Amino acid sequence: MKVTVDEEKCCGAGTCVLLAPAVFDQRDEDGIVILLDERPGEDLHAIVREAASVCPGAAISVGEDA
Amino acid sequence: MPRRGDLGRRGRVSSPADVLVVGASAAGLATVEALRRKGYSGRVTVLGAEAHLPYDRPPLSKQVLAGDWEPERARLRPPDALSSLDAEFLLGDSAVSLDAATRTVRTAAGRVLTAEAVVIATGLRPRTLPGQENLAGVHVLRTLDDTLALRADVWPGSRVVVVGDGVLGSEIAATLSAMGARVTLTGPQPAPMAMQFGPLAAGLLARLHTERGVELRLGTATIGLVGKNGRIAGVQLADGTVLPADVVVVAFGAAPVTEWLSGSGLRCDNGVVCDSRCRAADGIYAAGDVARWHHETFDSLLRLENRTNATEQAVAVAGNILGEDRPYAPVPYFWTNQFDARIHVHGLLPADAEVSIVDGSPEDRRFVADYRVDGELVGVLGWNMPKQARQRRADIARVLTPSG
Repeated sequence: MKVTVDEEKCCGAGTCVLLAPAVFDQRDEDGIVILLDERPGEDLHAIVREAASVCPGAAISVGEDA
Repeated sequence: MPRRGDLGRRGRVSSPADVLVVGASAAGLATVEALRRKGYSGRVTVLGAEAHLPYDRPPLSKQVLAGDWEPERARLRPPDALSSLDAEFLLGDSAVSLDAATRTVRTAAGRVLTAEAVVIATGLRPRTLPGQENLAGVHVLRTLDDTLALRADVWPGSRVVVVGDGVLGSEIAATLSAMGARVTLTGPQPAPMAMQFGPLAAGLLARLHTERGVELRLGTATIGLVGKNGRIAGVQLADGTVLPADVVVVAFGAAPVTEWLSGSGLRCDNGVVCDSRCRAADGIYAAGDVARWHHETFDSLLRLENRTNATEQAVAVAGNILGEDRPYAPVPYFWTNQFDARIHVHGLLPADAEVSIVDGSPEDRRFVADYRVDGELVGVLGWNMPKQARQRRADIARVLTPSG
């Protein structure tokens, strides 16, 4: 799994951090998403997909590794 | 009746053979994604009234209206992500009736669709003022097409009156003002979003709008529109004033799209009335702006018009379709961007709450405020401090989440 984030679309809700704190964080100054792990382990795939789906800014994309 | 279906590696769980989702916006799409994520392999059909591929609404009043984003940038998913869902999208066709007993939906184009589970996610329709449909230059903002029409009608220096001092009206006023229009914001409250925020934050918001050139004509009701030769000329207020206008945006609320459900057998009362599982009837669920469901913690019917509710409720609905049987009891959340203010609200901000600044300072336009009732934290507002506000969410959740 390869995770990408679009900082410009991020609204700073922090929904992703609440779901998957090992993969996402937020910048202290403006709340924009920080991607901690762009290739999370398999045990995190389901929750990362959920984070991408419920992101209120539609800012998270999940692709497959080439 | 739901029957047993094969859910692959998740094992055999009670699930319907097919699901029909009525509504192709955030809630409808998230329902489909959650069904697939949870391993559902049955047939999924999505009916969408608009012809566009599913797109996001929050950017409409901000980046799309401002012209910073092309409309395609507001798409919820790229086309290949949509096709990977293995769902049939029927776009540009709207539901006109539902028979709840047989879960049969009829559409404007004459389709007859049935499924073992139906999800109602038809959203909202803006309220309008009498006569506005006959006047050029009067707009609402709900859809992408609405947004592009408004954008095309506004130019630098044009006189715009925004009727409605809630979140949408305030955002539109900020965006159009930043585009160079001469904007007046009118509505019944003492300050923009006073009901949502309380006096402290709403007062700051009023200051911000005024500093940036928005004229506030608040605390007065709108009587109606004044036209001239088929075009808008002004907005008449209860105090007798007529605000001259080249363009008017009507943004004083929206109603759940439930007309098509009359005669369906479902109870519709300010939304589709659902139980705590977001279920309106056997095999029929509702999600997003249109759903008014029983929130177990508040022990009352609740309908939330916000973006996170659309997707979180969709996840709950998908789970309950697949037999999870869990109540949906979220901590409400919304955000708004107006000029340089990024305001985030978690929980509830009741009018009688005691408000205290717990981080930053309003003078610096960067702070977090706690809202307490009887000493209990029920809500948090962050002003340009999204992370710090979100970090207090767990403390609200302890109060708002059902125990056991």
